[in-house]
Amino acid sequence: MHYKRPKADVVIVGLGWAGSTMAEELTRAGLNVVAIERGAWRDTSTSFPTTRNPDELSGSIRKDILQAPVTETYTVRNRPGETALPLRKYHNLTLGNNVGGAGTHWAGASWRWQSFDHQPYSRVMERYGAKQLVDGLILQDWGASYHDLEPFYDRFEKIAGTSGTAGVINGVKQPGGNPFEDSRTSPYPTPALERTRANILFSEATTRMGYSPFPVPSAMIGGPYTNALGINLAPCTYCGYCQLYGCGNWSKSSPNICILPVLMQRPNFTVVTESEVVRINTTADKKMATGVTFVDSDGNIGEQPADIVITATFTLDNTRLLLLSGISTPYDVNTGQGVVGRAFTFQTLSWAFMFFENEYLNPFMNTGALATQIDDFNGDNFDHTGLGFIGGAGIQSLCNQGLPIGMSGLVPEGSPRWGKGWKKAFQKSYQNYAQIQGQGTNFAHREQFMDLDPTYKDRFGQPLLRITYDYNENDRRSGRFIRDKCVEIAKEMGAREIKGVSLADDPYSGYTPWDSSHVQGGVVMGEDPRTSVQNRYQQNWDVPNLFVIGASSFPNNAGYNPTVAVGATTLWTAKAIKDLYLKNPGPLVRL
Amino acid sequence: MRRRDALKGGLVLLATSTLASIYKPAYSKTLVGGSGAWKAQPPPPLSVVDSSRLVYLTQDEAKLVGTVFDVLIPADELGMGATEAGCVTFLDHQLAGPFGSAAKDYKLGPVVEGTPQQGPQSIATPAEIYRKGLAELNTVTRKKFDKAFPDLSEDQKVAFLEGMEAGTIQFETVKAKDFFTLLLQNVREGYLADPMYGGNRDMVGWKLVGFPGAVYDYRDWIVSKRGKKIDVQPVSLLRTT
Repeated sequence: MHYKRPKADVVIVGLGWAGSTMAEELTRAGLNVVAIERGAWRDTSTSFPTTRNPDELSGSIRKDILQAPVTETYTVRNRPGETALPLRKYHNLTLGNNVGGAGTHWAGASWRWQSFDHQPYSRVMERYGAKQLVDGLILQDWGASYHDLEPFYDRFEKIAGTSGTAGVINGVKQPGGNPFEDSRTSPYPTPALERTRANILFSEATTRMGYSPFPVPSAMIGGPYTNALGINLAPCTYCGYCQLYGCGNWSKSSPNICILPVLMQRPNFTVVTESEVVRINTTADKKMATGVTFVDSDGNIGEQPADIVITATFTLDNTRLLLLSGISTPYDVNTGQGVVGRAFTFQTLSWAFMFFENEYLNPFMNTGALATQIDDFNGDNFDHTGLGFIGGAGIQSLCNQGLPIGMSGLVPEGSPRWGKGWKKAFQKSYQNYAQIQGQGTNFAHREQFMDLDPTYKDRFGQPLLRITYDYNENDRRSGRFIRDKCVEIAKEMGAREIKGVSLADDPYSGYTPWDSSHVQGGVVMGEDPRTSVQNRYQQNWDVPNLFVIGASSFPNNAGYNPTVAVGATTLWTAKAIKDLYLKNPGPLVRL
Repeated sequence: MRRRDALKGGLVLLATSTLASIYKPAYSKTLVGGSGAWKAQPPPPLSVVDSSRLVYLTQDEAKLVGTVFDVLIPADELGMGATEAGCVTFLDHQLAGPFGSAAKDYKLGPVVEGTPQQGPQSIATPAEIYRKGLAELNTVTRKKFDKAFPDLSEDQKVAFLEGMEAGTIQFETVKAKDFFTLLLQNVREGYLADPMYGGNRDMVGWKLVGFPGAVYDYRDWIVSKRGKKIDVQPVSLLRTT
């Protein structure tokens, strides 16, 4: 059956953090908003109660909360010329499969990105010049600076109830915070969480080494808090069922607890669940979007007409949706021309895995983002002269796992993996294992991109998205540099056994253990239509009533997690739509 | 008509029975703000698996896999072995469910081997791998030692499994190394997952490492027990012993 829904002012594709944040802003402004979401409705009391949530098998092992590859997957290859093959099993990218998106099951690290991360090109040119860039690197500014975004970072933190210790408020350094952070206008809404034993060992070691440790800002709420929308949030209980779990305690910020309770009271908001948008519709001349086409879970094909189309799907699916809809010019790796699918980035991870002696680290008392970090080697916080790379990493003592199946393989190298020897080793390692993560920047390269796969299709017969990606020389160099720093800190912490790893030393794989789930770019915002799909307001250069929001807009990845930057850029765009676009529909940036 | 052909010409949902069974009754809903009609579908209540009968494995398969599991996690002074802990019951139920049928995997073709970075391309399911792998396990040991696997000495069992793990022992119907990986993964899961899934009897796996189990509030201990030994009786979501 084909059917057409009544026209809306705005249709939003995907109701995760970006979509729900945008919907809240636009419905509050009086617009009639319809969201179309692939997943089902989920709420805390029904779906994630504490009486069933603490279950490792269905959670982080079987990954029941994620969108499954059978629904949609990606094909991957390391370089142009290879045949891409599908990711058939659950892989490192963790897509949401419900209202709330990945914002329901995320780990919760809640970073503002630095001014460097929003203007990397200008900063690198100013300090080092083009000689600092390896061959083929793509580096460009976003068109929106930290200064532009600060009020929106502030607002998003107050929706999320972010916990943390401020480092710089109105230009004044604060004790215990991150001295490298760009100036904030207000402190974090809730105080930082308590530290673990491993966090404290890291803090003491890095302080002795002359660095500046601070608590990682987190979605695990640091105390009772009424958020900017009037919703009461609860303090975190350190249960450790965060990443790949919905929070049963109302204490991890998510669209489900921070926004949807308010949004769902508004009669001018509608969400159509279990329906997958397969195309953005346009006028024949591709100058205006007219709405979207979706397939519902009964197999009916629906159309949702709207004056404004906003896509807020998972990062990679934003690119795929534009390619499937024939909007804007696809990137061509041979000519370097075209923009959709260009400037794709991942994350550069380095680790020091540590085993202590006779500790009781009690790893089960944790949160998805219980970490103490130094930023001394992140972004451009140190002099890169002569190092041959740009960027760096946040180096952190990360206490995010204590569940026993997930830790059952964490025994020192050379220990038995099974038998009596394993039981003994595992018993000891469980209380003595700790880790330092270097969560590194990642920069785009002309041979890292996305396009449509020529062979593999999804369940509707539409082409899958093809990822062509391997680390570039910049990321390999920064990864090794950071790995060595992680190992130095591990030694200072007094670990008995230490193993340092830079994941970028091996070719990229979607199945590498310990790897990141963060991907960015493909529909980037920027200052020049030749190198960006959208202008500084995340408005499509070619189709002015189309806005694609999320980390797909970021032309580079920071040494941070992306969610709060997604929230801030979403609020920035919402304001542009309300204050500028509605008054004068058309391009907000004229060249 | 081939599946791909059926898709040509537009957006036709593949409402096959396979897909329908994965998605259960999932009907798209239109939830309007202010209407109050937005409640999640409650999931089925948790239950303890029935260990009194097998649901996928045959009696012989169950016995054989138990012998392998008890080499991987043997009984010793640290606690009972895998079979006594219920790991075979755990596996049996897992193989009968969505894990066993790899219900969430992408299975459309062409199916070809790629680089190691591209990950597993086989669309064989765990249920199939166990059926074939267990059948071949005894065949291979009979050829090699003239004995079925359970009749080997402990040292021979260990050496044989080491060979599978290292890839020096090959099977014909499945990749022996992949089969071993699956065996090790599942026996650890059975030993350490919530007892309601059939394994981890008396929470033996949790007691081994000092994991408190299905606890969701550590505010009491996060500071007071920092760096200190905690003697705790673990709790299961459903079972208390």
